[in-house]
Amino acid sequence: MEPEMESDIAPSPPATSRQPLSEGSEWSFELLDRYDREIARVAAHYGLDTYPSQIEIITSEQMIDAYSSVGMPVGYHHWSYGKQFLATQKGYKRGQMGLAYEIVINSSPCIAYLMEENTVTMQALVIAHAAYGHNSFFKGNYLFRTWTDAEGILDYLVFARNYIADCEQRHGEEAVEELLDSCHALMNLGVDRYKRPTRLSMAKEQLRQTEREAYLQSQVNDLWRTLPTRQAAGQEKLAARFPSEPQENLLYFIEKNAPRLEPWQREIVRIVRKIAQYFYPQRQTQVMNEGWATFWHYTLLNHLYEEGKLTDGFMMEFLQSHTNVVYQPPYNNRHYNGINPYALGFAMFTDLRRICEHPTEEDHRWFPELAGSDWVKSLDFAMRNFKDESFIAQYLSPKLIRDFKLFTMVDDDTEEKLEITAIHDDAGYRAVRQQLAEQYNLGNREPNIQVYEVDVFGDRSLSLRHYMHDRRPLGESTPEMLRHVARLWGYTVRIDSVDQDGVSHMTAVSEV
Amino acid sequence: MNRLVDRRLSGKNRSAVNRQRFLRRFKAQIRKAASEVVSGRKVTDLERGEKISIPSKDLSEPIFHHGPGGRRNIVLPGNRDFVTGDRVDRPEGGGGTGSGGGPADESMDDFVFELSKEEFMDYFFQDLALPDLVKKQLAAVPEVKKARAGFVSQGNPSNLHVVRSMKQAIGRRLAMAAGPRDALREAEEKLAELEANGLGASTEADELREEIASFKARLAAVPFIDTWDLRYANRVDQPTPSSQAVMFCLMDVSGSMDEDRKNIAKRFFMLLYLFLTKSYERIDVVFIRHHTVAKEVDEEDFFSSRESGGTVVSSALELMHDIVRERYPSANWNIYAAQASDGDNWENDSPRCRELLLQSILPLTQYFAYVEIEAEEPQSLWHEYERVKAASSRFAMQRILTLEDIYPVFRELFRKKVA
Repeated sequence: MEPEMESDIAPSPPATSRQPLSEGSEWSFELLDRYDREIARVAAHYGLDTYPSQIEIITSEQMIDAYSSVGMPVGYHHWSYGKQFLATQKGYKRGQMGLAYEIVINSSPCIAYLMEENTVTMQALVIAHAAYGHNSFFKGNYLFRTWTDAEGILDYLVFARNYIADCEQRHGEEAVEELLDSCHALMNLGVDRYKRPTRLSMAKEQLRQTEREAYLQSQVNDLWRTLPTRQAAGQEKLAARFPSEPQENLLYFIEKNAPRLEPWQREIVRIVRKIAQYFYPQRQTQVMNEGWATFWHYTLLNHLYEEGKLTDGFMMEFLQSHTNVVYQPPYNNRHYNGINPYALGFAMFTDLRRICEHPTEEDHRWFPELAGSDWVKSLDFAMRNFKDESFIAQYLSPKLIRDFKLFTMVDDDTEEKLEITAIHDDAGYRAVRQQLAEQYNLGNREPNIQVYEVDVFGDRSLSLRHYMHDRRPLGESTPEMLRHVARLWGYTVRIDSVDQDGVSHMTAVSEV
Repeated sequence: MNRLVDRRLSGKNRSAVNRQRFLRRFKAQIRKAASEVVSGRKVTDLERGEKISIPSKDLSEPIFHHGPGGRRNIVLPGNRDFVTGDRVDRPEGGGGTGSGGGPADESMDDFVFELSKEEFMDYFFQDLALPDLVKKQLAAVPEVKKARAGFVSQGNPSNLHVVRSMKQAIGRRLAMAAGPRDALREAEEKLAELEANGLGASTEADELREEIASFKARLAAVPFIDTWDLRYANRVDQPTPSSQAVMFCLMDVSGSMDEDRKNIAKRFFMLLYLFLTKSYERIDVVFIRHHTVAKEVDEEDFFSSRESGGTVVSSALELMHDIVRERYPSANWNIYAAQASDGDNWENDSPRCRELLLQSILPLTQYFAYVEIEAEEPQSLWHEYERVKAASSRFAMQRILTLEDIYPVFRELFRKKVA
């Protein structure tokens, strides 16, 4: 992080006389309440619109628990969460890693966890970050508004856990575990990218669930009932392809069409799919979400400091923690592990504010509509209407590209060396910005795999098709993954990797 | 409006079920890792949890992902001296920098976590195929008996100590009444003096009478027994095992005892030790290794060294006998011995071993267990020992091919404990 970026909005010495909320580092419930009220007041001043939030104080052990259920406050049982738990516990016990200061859950009320070990400074930081930053993002961003139902999710998770526990009773833990393993493996292929989801609610789910079981099963049977009757050769050719066009949501396709799943299995596929869908917006908005929350904890606490409500000691501790969070190591650093979403997100929102308040001549050229506008409104607009990919494509400024010293590189397996294609100069800004945005496009990061065809009149095999992007092949996990798909489908599954010209490069088959 | 909720007291261990699921799912791998760990431990070191590490590839959760190859665009921060059009070598390991893979991956090869003591013992027992009753017996907390430990002022009614409480009450009554009683006596003496002087109707006398009445009332108000007086018999838990034992580990270290056999022998010694810890408070372990001559060594030498040459088993028995006589008088010590060997012995020595056992050693010991590990054909030593077994109930022997064969050696021993 460049020092001058910090100093743009570094706190000026407070003019008013100081009347700090607290002096020491110990927290108490009254104190937290006072901090919360103050932060709420300032947040309202900046027009942050939030769900009501519930701030829960928990112990570090409970934090490890919360951690290992991937942020779901109520989760069904599965060994992978146990694995996560053991890993977290070990790391924490040996001091290899601190626990995250906070976990925040996209629900209404928005639940934020605070750890009891933290000082009052950290608690205030977390309240500002989670209960106001993330919270307002959950409520405002279009992806969350479209895809998730904050009011319904807790109910749905409770429904899911009870349903799965019930299945374990009826069909055995092993059977459920195998099914969940396969579903988890395909989770990323279980989301609708374009279709709008229906709302989740426990009451509705339970009401419809039994009905749906029976109905689905009858539908599936219908599809296969035609099988035994011999078709004339000509008719076979003409018979409509199934599915009529490729399907992107593999889990959905399996839930509706897999011939050999039992009703309860379909329901579990559906549960995993719904949860994947619920987390999908978070995966698409990591930079924005963390950047937004970080920007607001920084802004809110600085505002309080300027009002004289916080001590210098408080600010020192806060800034120390804050700068750690937004540190971006360079690519050749030992600690480099990709671009830090906190650093990039925070820098972008901070830079947006700068462009609004103190635009340079360059900003006027690049962002004519933004320069000089009301920063609160502009940031709010940016938060509501973008995801990482489009946010970066729209707002990454030349100044930030220079500050981060970004450059792009092409790794082509047909070339002997890597080529530097653009750097942070006039000729390179647009290319860098476009490539960085591409890098956050989930569609590029994950292989594009679609359901291509089912051999309805033959061996019932399922064909998947991997549409290659830039000749990139599938990884070594493919055979294992096909076994998972085959377990759900019940018949042979094959996958073709096809390049842009429709030429098949690789075929893998998993027979049942 | 925001709500602050204190959740600290609402249950932890929400992940306990998931943890158990994890352990069950990877039973085989964990068992393998646990048995490797046992080999690295000392015989006397079983009573703690353990760090288990299994290769993370065994427990990966796969997803569809891109493999290396094709054409990739990568955006990286922190450019120093690159300009557009530069060509640079691929970093080692191929695949290009960034995009998730970093140096942090190296330490991720193994998935490491902690097993609690109970869980660890479970895996240890599984290997040895111990019957459940025995497992329970070994893993259980040692039994305790209640022992008197003076008196305390709080306790439950059934422990109330009447005599002690009454003594306490007498003392308290004396102390509480001492002041008023002295004052009363003084006042009565004064009154008697006044009456003797014919001033019995004076105001002074009336005052004295009033005083006397109030003192008497105060004395009458001293309670006969009070909650303060109650004393309860105090009893504390004392572990029952209160005697001491010595365990002799005898092992053949001639060339034919390889690592695998030594590892089996080690489990055998461990199990005996574990059994003894449940029955005795203090346990000494003596390691004797032998080939043609026997030597007392520490544990490290015992398991690590290897000698070449022939085998004379009686040398070890003699040494054990000497040590018992010198250091462990059988009146004060319970003596156990465990002997492991591959069955080799110098032909003429075996009858001597039988004599030594029957005449000198078995009369002194509680139990002598012998295992022959992966021996091909029973040899002279085995045949002689069979005769010992027929003659003494304190002697047990077993041929061992796998770890599961160890337990029968101890069957007698455990049965005694159960009875």
